[in-house]
Amino acid sequence: MEHGRHPAHPTPMTYLKVAAILAIVTFIEWAIFFAPESMDSIKLTVFSVLSVMKFALVVMFYMHLKFDERLFSMFFVGGLTLASGVIIALLVLFQALL
Amino acid sequence: MEHTEAAPHAEHATTTGIDHRKMLIWAFLGSECMFFGSLIATYLVYYGQSISGPGPADVLDINTTTVSTFVLLMSSLMMVLSYSAISKGDVKRFRVWILCTAILGSTFLGFQFFEFTEFAHHHQEFECPPALDRPAQYPDTACMDGATHYEANYGLTPRTNLFGSTFFTLTGFHGAHVTVGVIWLLSLFGYSFRRRGEDLIRDGGLNVDLAALYWHFVDIVWIVIFTVVYLIGVTVA
Amino acid sequence: MATIAGVFSRPTRPTGIWAWISTVDHKKIGALYGVTAFVFFLVGGLEALIMRLQLARAEHGIVSAEVFSQLFTMHALTMIFLAIMPLSAAFFNLVVPLMIGARDVAFPRLNAFSYWVFLLGAFILQTGWIVGSSPNTGWFAYAPLTAESFNPSKGMDFYVVGLGVLGVSSVAAALNFIITIINMRAPGMTLMRLPVFIWMTLVTSFLLVTAMPVITVGLIELYMDRTFGMNFFNVDAGADVILWQHLFWVFGHPEVYILILPAMGIISEVLPTFSRKPLYGYPVVVLSGITIGFMGWAVWSHHMFTVGLGPIANSVFAITTMFIAVPTGIKIFNWIGTLWGGSVDLKTAPLFAIGFIFLFIVGGLSGVMHAISPSDAQQQDTYFIVAHIHYVLFGGSIMAVFAGIYYWFPKATGRLLSERVGKWHFWLTMLGMNLAFYPMHFLGLDGMVRRNYTYPEGMGWDFWNMVSTIGAFILGFATLIFVHNFFRSLRKGEISGDDPWDGRTLEWSIPSPPPEYNFAVIPTVHGRDAFWEQKHGSGHGVHAPAGGAYDHDEGHGIHMPSPSILPLITSLGLGIAGYGLVYSFPVAILGAAITMFGTYAWSMEPATAPDEH
Ligand SMILES: [Cu+2]
Repeated sequence: MEHGRHPAHPTPMTYLKVAAILAIVTFIEWAIFFAPESMDSIKLTVFSVLSVMKFALVVMFYMHLKFDERLFSMFFVGGLTLASGVIIALLVLFQALL
Repeated sequence: MEHTEAAPHAEHATTTGIDHRKMLIWAFLGSECMFFGSLIATYLVYYGQSISGPGPADVLDINTTTVSTFVLLMSSLMMVLSYSAISKGDVKRFRVWILCTAILGSTFLGFQFFEFTEFAHHHQEFECPPALDRPAQYPDTACMDGATHYEANYGLTPRTNLFGSTFFTLTGFHGAHVTVGVIWLLSLFGYSFRRRGEDLIRDGGLNVDLAALYWHFVDIVWIVIFTVVYLIGVTVA
Repeated sequence: MATIAGVFSRPTRPTGIWAWISTVDHKKIGALYGVTAFVFFLVGGLEALIMRLQLARAEHGIVSAEVFSQLFTMHALTMIFLAIMPLSAAFFNLVVPLMIGARDVAFPRLNAFSYWVFLLGAFILQTGWIVGSSPNTGWFAYAPLTAESFNPSKGMDFYVVGLGVLGVSSVAAALNFIITIINMRAPGMTLMRLPVFIWMTLVTSFLLVTAMPVITVGLIELYMDRTFGMNFFNVDAGADVILWQHLFWVFGHPEVYILILPAMGIISEVLPTFSRKPLYGYPVVVLSGITIGFMGWAVWSHHMFTVGLGPIANSVFAITTMFIAVPTGIKIFNWIGTLWGGSVDLKTAPLFAIGFIFLFIVGGLSGVMHAISPSDAQQQDTYFIVAHIHYVLFGGSIMAVFAGIYYWFPKATGRLLSERVGKWHFWLTMLGMNLAFYPMHFLGLDGMVRRNYTYPEGMGWDFWNMVSTIGAFILGFATLIFVHNFFRSLRKGEISGDDPWDGRTLEWSIPSPPPEYNFAVIPTVHGRDAFWEQKHGSGHGVHAPAGGAYDHDEGHGIHMPSPSILPLITSLGLGIAGYGLVYSFPVAILGAAITMFGTYAWSMEPATAPDEH
């Protein structure tokens, strides 16, 4: 019987750093939002990238998925992938995408 | 909150070495991805399809929501600190941090309540139409004395248009999840006063871990909503 | 501990009805699922018979158009959600812990909760018959027919809330079985040693956990429209009613596999046992099952070929759908390969399993026919589709359920079902099933439209409709024979012994019926078909104690979960909240409060009562 990994969890210092990044990124998003309209086309990409970053930080560090069982990642990423697949498929079918 | 739900003799001897309940919460979160995924899919499919206003750009206020987003993100920090404290057996710190988490969560809910009522009472300036085109229910006090503009209610409720239905249902169900989370956190806070929190410490803070995973999940759902509905939603509109 | 839970003093060693109400034993919960689901199977069958009477002759006037609409809607909902799904759940409950060498499921009280929520959801869904307005839109409930303005009766509200509550039950049960299978296997029971039925349970559970939320969102949107006047399916506000169809079938097609994969699992257990051979191509069968589960997500729009999604979408979904025939075909070849050269003992259980193969091939072939989207344009909404679905759901799922009942009845009760009566049951079922559903192929291709309460004379449909009705009644009679067999054998059936079929899997290594704790000593597994290996192979299949270990005293040191009524109370709150959502919000809040109280008491109550140690 393989036994569960008992990872060394990050220290509170790491948590604070992550929080600082989350706060800064949110501030950047806010600033970009009010940037000139001529930049609108890039804005969408930037927003998406920043949001994925925040998402990943919370999942990896606060939900400690980075240090935890692979099985949990499989459950979560499985659900996430399937949900994204359904969203994209529906957008394509409704011709909101492509 | 649940403890010793595991079948007898199984607490220490599961096939994978993983606790049943921790596996349960992760599988449940996988399921929740599909739930919010479907709500977001509906929102996106109907994006820009409303026949009448107001739309995202009319009512959504990025300044306010940036602050509430910040509040929710910081609640996740408090949450992870409270879990860190209980896993080291520090009940006092745990209580402080988890109470902070619940307070920040409630603050977020307060923002949402404020936002929702604000949307319903949203007013906007309109250009006065030529006198002949004015519909029957036209506010007859507006546009008198040669005014070119007038102000009128341009509020958004779930019934107003497609945007209202999809917006309030998506954010409303997220808010409901936050509410359940706040109740869960406060319950853990109260529970920590029984036998000086021994039950929470005993299994390495697993009870707190489960609540924390749920709480962070609700947080990342908001990260997606904030980007899709607010930032991108208003920019594209 | 007892301060909150003490309000209701915990039942200790209850007897009679109290034992059933407070049970957390997976075997008892399985029996509850089985009996409840079979009652609903009879209800759904009765609805079918009334419809067949109405259609026996042209322009028959037994029921009105409105009642007919309610009948076909409720027939489908009852058979799918209240008969086949819970019958599968009954097998999951009865068999899964026994097959993997566990003493119970991972969360025994959550398991009881799932059953009670299922029962309450079933009541909500059936309430329409009492208040005189059942759902009448077909089980797929296409918008905008479901809108308040077109369908003001409470029937649709029962549909929305009933399915929502049933979804809670399904997800809770599925999560429970996922954890049980991954985390409670006996030592040595690696994934590739799992019986195929366990694999199919696992795949089905994952499908439930992921598909149910999608329909839940659809139901929420419909509820918001109907109750709060929102615009999700309001065309005047710019809504697209096709969204409902997508949400419904994104759930609906995985749902089809939720109905058939457990059946395939049962067949994969019954055939090897009665052929006295291992399952042919075990890894391929497992892999095919997983592939079917995955691909089930990429085919849903084959239900919408005539909607007008365009040639590209239709082609894509036609191709993905046809691909599913590949893993399905592989499975069928493997079952035939299992029978091939085996010393097949044609008891009733394998008869039903072989019947499954024949009928499922017919249903599969017509399935491939309407996977071809131009061909489907001719078949859409005709009796051809009705024929198809009954060949896969009756010929598939129900035949497998009967195979499973004949197979595991002795394990659950310690008695055999009568083989003589069983043979009658099987052959009458085969006859009735084919008479009832095969003619529907002809009727459909001849243009008879489904869901119409009657048809005019002179269309040339009278003969086959009469044949179909006669077949349906033979089927009903066959089912009554089974009910007779069941009750007779329960009391007077031949004593089966622990291992009547010379079984291959762990459940046959323990007494029939199993003791409360299942395994006095948790077995150690050394290979696939562990029990068979132990008996006939190298003797190293499984290390379990010799037969004498099962004295009455043996279970003394084993702490089983104690009975609890909190699952029932918690689910009652949910049921009350469900009715509240239809009739009055204060009642809904009351229900939610009860559920919350139940949850608190539950979390404070230890799984095993301290005084039972
Ligand atoms: Cu399908």
